[in-house]
Amino acid sequence: MSRISKEQVKHVANLARLHVTEDEADMFAKQLDDIISFAEQLNELDTDNVAPTTHVLDLKNVMRKDEPKHWITQEEALKNAPETQDGQIRVPSILE
Amino acid sequence: MSLFDHKLSDIQEMLHKKEISVHDLLDEAYKRIEEVDGEVQAFLTLDEENARARATELDELRGTEEGRGLLFGMPIGIKDNIVTKGVRTTAASQILDNLNDPLYDAHVVQKLNKEEAVSVGKLNMDEFAMGSSNENSSYAATRNPWNTDYVPGGSSGGSAAAVAAGEVPFSLGSDTGGSIRQPAAYCGVVGIKPTYGRVSRFGLIAFASSLDQIGPITRNVEDNAYVLEAIAGYDKMDSTSANVEVPKYTDALTGNVKGLKIAVPKEYLGEGVSEEVKAAVQQSLKVYEDMGATWEEVTLPHSKYALSTYYLLSSSEASANLARFDGVRYGRRSEKAESMIDMFKLSRSEGFGEEVKRRIMLGTFALSSGYYDAYYKKAQKARTLIKQDFEKVFADYDVIIGPTTPTPAFKVGEKTEDPLTMYANDILTIPVNLAGVPGISIPCGFSSQGLPIGLQIIGKHFDESTVYRTAHAYEQATDHHTHKPSLGGANE
Amino acid sequence: MNFETVIGIEVHVELKTASKIFSPSPNEFGSEPNSNVNPIDLGYPGVLPVLNEEVVNFAMKAAMALNCEIATHTKFDRKNYFYPDNPKAYQISQFDQPIGENGYIDIEVDGKTKRIGITRLHMEEDAGKLTHSKDGYSLVDYNRQGTPLVEIVSEPDIASPKEAYAYLEKLKNIIQYTGVSDCKMEEGSLRADANISIRPIGQKEFGTKTELKNLNSFSFVQKGLEFEEKRQEKVLLSGGEILQETRRYDEQTKETILMRVKEGSDDYRYFPEPDLVQLYIDEAWKERVRNEIPELPDARKARYVNELGLPEYDAKVLTNNKALSDFFEETIQTGAGAKQASNWLMGEVSAYMNKQQKELEELALTPQNLAKVIQLIENGTISSKIAKKVFTETVENGTEPEQFVKDKGLGQISDEGQLRDIISGILDNNQQSIEDFKNGKDKALGFLVGQVMKATKGQANPPMVNKIIMEEMNKR
Repeated sequence: MSRISKEQVKHVANLARLHVTEDEADMFAKQLDDIISFAEQLNELDTDNVAPTTHVLDLKNVMRKDEPKHWITQEEALKNAPETQDGQIRVPSILE
Repeated sequence: MSLFDHKLSDIQEMLHKKEISVHDLLDEAYKRIEEVDGEVQAFLTLDEENARARATELDELRGTEEGRGLLFGMPIGIKDNIVTKGVRTTAASQILDNLNDPLYDAHVVQKLNKEEAVSVGKLNMDEFAMGSSNENSSYAATRNPWNTDYVPGGSSGGSAAAVAAGEVPFSLGSDTGGSIRQPAAYCGVVGIKPTYGRVSRFGLIAFASSLDQIGPITRNVEDNAYVLEAIAGYDKMDSTSANVEVPKYTDALTGNVKGLKIAVPKEYLGEGVSEEVKAAVQQSLKVYEDMGATWEEVTLPHSKYALSTYYLLSSSEASANLARFDGVRYGRRSEKAESMIDMFKLSRSEGFGEEVKRRIMLGTFALSSGYYDAYYKKAQKARTLIKQDFEKVFADYDVIIGPTTPTPAFKVGEKTEDPLTMYANDILTIPVNLAGVPGISIPCGFSSQGLPIGLQIIGKHFDESTVYRTAHAYEQATDHHTHKPSLGGANE
Repeated sequence: MNFETVIGIEVHVELKTASKIFSPSPNEFGSEPNSNVNPIDLGYPGVLPVLNEEVVNFAMKAAMALNCEIATHTKFDRKNYFYPDNPKAYQISQFDQPIGENGYIDIEVDGKTKRIGITRLHMEEDAGKLTHSKDGYSLVDYNRQGTPLVEIVSEPDIASPKEAYAYLEKLKNIIQYTGVSDCKMEEGSLRADANISIRPIGQKEFGTKTELKNLNSFSFVQKGLEFEEKRQEKVLLSGGEILQETRRYDEQTKETILMRVKEGSDDYRYFPEPDLVQLYIDEAWKERVRNEIPELPDARKARYVNELGLPEYDAKVLTNNKALSDFFEETIQTGAGAKQASNWLMGEVSAYMNKQQKELEELALTPQNLAKVIQLIENGTISSKIAKKVFTETVENGTEPEQFVKDKGLGQISDEGQLRDIISGILDNNQQSIEDFKNGKDKALGFLVGQVMKATKGQANPPMVNKIIMEEMNKR
C-alpha cells in the first residue's frame, strides 16, 4: 500500500514552497514512498527509553557578550538583491 | 614530474630557498587545469587574478619570518559551498548562479589566508552537497581522473578529482554523510572528515547542520595533517565548534603502530561489499599486523539503520536550511513571479535541481504535523543507538578500520535512476557522521579495472592524531598513494 | 441566554539589549533602512547564530518578575514559514521548553484584585519590516530582524475587555520596572494580540475563538474586544456559528474586520535548532539574575503606604507609572517631604503634562528642582502663590528655583520692621476699615491683607501680615 499520496506530495510541496507539475507529483509520490517505506525499518527498533540526539557533542551555554558591531554597509546589504527601492528590497506584494 | 608530486614540507623548503616561486606553483596549477579540466570539470570558478596578486605579495616574503604560514604559498582549491568574499559562490546550484559576492569569507577561508595559502578557484560538487557522484551539479558532472567514464564520487567530487588530476596539491571539501571520504576513495587520494565541531562551519553553506564538517583532501597523509591543523580550531561565530585544543597533527606521524588496537566491524565487510574491496581491506589488515598492531572483529549492530536515520535527519535539516533560498535578498528570482507566493515557488522550482527538491520534500514531510514523532524524532533516537555502538567499541579499541565504500567508482549515469541505490553508496561513511567521530579515507589498492579502493580509518572524538598516525604508518609501508592517473598523458 | 467571555492575550516585548539576539548588529530603532544588518540578519548562505547572553538574562528577569518558574534545561527551535520579512524562512524561537512557565500577575478592576495566569514566556527573534505600497509591491527593511523578543502568553483567565486592559497595563508596568524593555507600543516594542470566545454561562467547553491582531493601543484592544464580544453574541443568538478567524480593529469605523479564516492549524514544522546548543540555567545563574531585579510596582506601592505614610490612592497613582514613581523617589531623596512631593506630582506636574501632552521625561523639570520648590515653600522663602510662578519657570526652562527667586526678588518679605512700616501706612489711609473691623466686620481684615499683598506684589509673608495688622489695629 502506498504510504504517500499525490495529494500529500502537493501539500508538502506547498509547505516547502515548491511548484510541482502533475508529472513531478507522480514521480515524487513514488520515490518518497520508496524512501519512506525503507525508512520504516526504524520501527523495528525499541526506542522507548532512548533519548533523541540533536547534538553529538554535549556542549552547553555557548553565548557571546552583548557588544554591538557594525559589519556591512547598506549598499552591501542590498548588493545581491534582485530589486531594490529607497534602501529597501522590493518584492511582489502578497496579493495573488 | 609535477611540482605537486612533492609533499608540502619539501615545497616549503624549495620556496624559502627561493628555488621556486609561488607564481611557479600557480603556473603549475593553472597549466594543468588548462590541460585537463575540460575533461575532468573539477572547477566551477577560477580566480587567477586574485591568486596572482597574492602570489606576488607572498613571493616577497619567501625566506622571511613573515612568510612562515603553515601553508605558505600553497595553491588550494575550495569546494563551492564554502563562501569566499568577492568570489562567486554557487554550491553548484542555479539558485545561486548570480551570487558573485557572498559578502564575507568563511572561517576556514580566513584561516587559509592567515596561513598564507593561495586560493586557485572554486570546485564543482553535487548541488548543495546532495549526491554521491557529482552528477547532481547543475553545471557539469565532474569525471574521475582515473577513468573519465566513471564518476569521481560526491559530493566533494570536484575537490577529490582536482587533487587526483594534479590540478592542485590539495583542496577543501565538506562531508555530511561521506562527501569527502567517498570521492577521496574513488579518486585515490586522502580525505578526512574531522570530528564534528573540530572545524568551524561558519561560511559553509549548510546542508545538514548537525552532520556537516569541512575537511582537507590531499595526495598524502602528512599534507592532510598540515592542512587540517591550519583550518581546525574553535570559532566564536560557530556555537557548535568545540573549544578543544588543536594538537600538532604532524607530530603524531611516527610510523609506529605497535600495540595499536584495531576493531573491524563485521557489518562493514558484509553483504553488498565487493570481493575486490574486501580483499584490499584484508590485505591492509595484514600490513598492520606486520607492523605490530592487532585487530579483532567487532559489531556495530545498528549499522543497518544508519542509512534511514541519515536520510530522515539530513533531509529534515536541509528542508529548513535551504528555505532561505527564496528569491528575496540574493540569488535567483523567477522572472515570471507576479505575486509573493509565485516568487517563492517559481524561484525555488526553477533554481533547485531534482535531487535537492526530493530531499526538501522528504525533510518537509518528516517534520510535518502528524509525522514528526514517527520519522524525525524516531531517527534522532536511532542516532543515539548508532552513536552508542561506536562508544562501546571505542571503550576497547583505538581505531575502527573498514572499507570507505562498498565498491570502487561506478560509471556515469549508472545509478541516476533510483535514488535508493545511489544512497546505498554511503552506507559505510554515514554512521561516522551520525556518531560525530573523525574518519579518513586513504588509498589501499586498485580494482581489476584500475580504479582506486579506499580504506577508512575511524577514530574517537577529537582523536584525529591517532587516525593520522594509523593512516600514515600504512602509507609508509605501501605505495598505493604514489600511483597517479595517466590523464592527459602529460603528467608522467 | 447569558454568555461569559473568555480572553487570552499574547504579548511580544522587544528587549533593549545593545545588540541583536543572534548577531552582533546594533539593536536600534529608527535607523536608515537596512543599515543595522549583517549577513547573519540577512540569512546569507553559511551564516550561523550565536546567542547573546544578555537576552537570556533579560528574558529571565522578565519571567521572574511575572512569577514564572524558570527552566533549568532549555533550548531553541526552528519555526518554519516563508515570508519576505523572515530571511531564513525559519524563525529561531522556543517551542517545547520555554525559559519561563506557570507565572501570574495580579490585576485590579473595579476595586477587586484578580490573578491572571501566565502560561509561558519564551525567547525568539523579531522579523524585519514589510511595508506594502500601492503599486503591487512591498518593501523590506531588515533592521528589526533579529531584535530580541519575549513572547508572553496568558492563560484564558481574562473575563472582560476591561480586565484585558488592566492586564496589559499591569504587564507593561512590571516589564518597565525590570528595565528590560521600553514597552513603547508606538515604536512596536510592545505588541499585543488577543483571542476571544464566548460561551453560555455554565458551559464547560470553550467557544470557538477569534484572534484580534494589529492592535495599536491598549484602548483599541479593549474596544476591539468589546466589539467582538457583542458581535459573537449576536451571531450565536441568531443561530449562527463563530469561525476561527483573524480579525483587526478598525479605528475609524470602530469595528473588527475579517483578515483571514484559519483552516486547521498552521504547520510550522518546529524542530530543535541544530546550530545552537542547549542552555543549562543553574541555581547560581538564576539567583544572580533574581538579585538584579529592582523593586516591582506592588512592593513599591506597599512601601509608600507603610513606610512613607502615603494614602493608598497616591501610592497607586505613583507606582502605576514607573517614570513618575522613579521621579518621586528622587524628589524625596533630595529632601522633599513624601506627601508634598506626591501632591505636586499628582497635581501641578500631571496637569502640566496633560495640558502639554508630554511625557515626564520630555519636561525640563528635574527631581532636584521640584524638591527645591517644595523646600522654598516649607522654609517660608516663597508663598505657595509665588511657588506656582517658580514652578512654571523651572518646568518650562529647567531654571534652578532658588537662583530664580533670588534674581527676580520673589522671596517673601519676612522682615518685621519693614512689614510694620508698610502696614502702618496702609492703616493710616484706611480708617474706615479699622472702624468696620472693630464693629465686627471680619471682611475688613481680608481687605487690609489684600492691600498689603498688593503693595508687596504678593511677597509679604501672610502669617506675619495677619499678626502685625492685628497688633497695629489694637494700638489704635
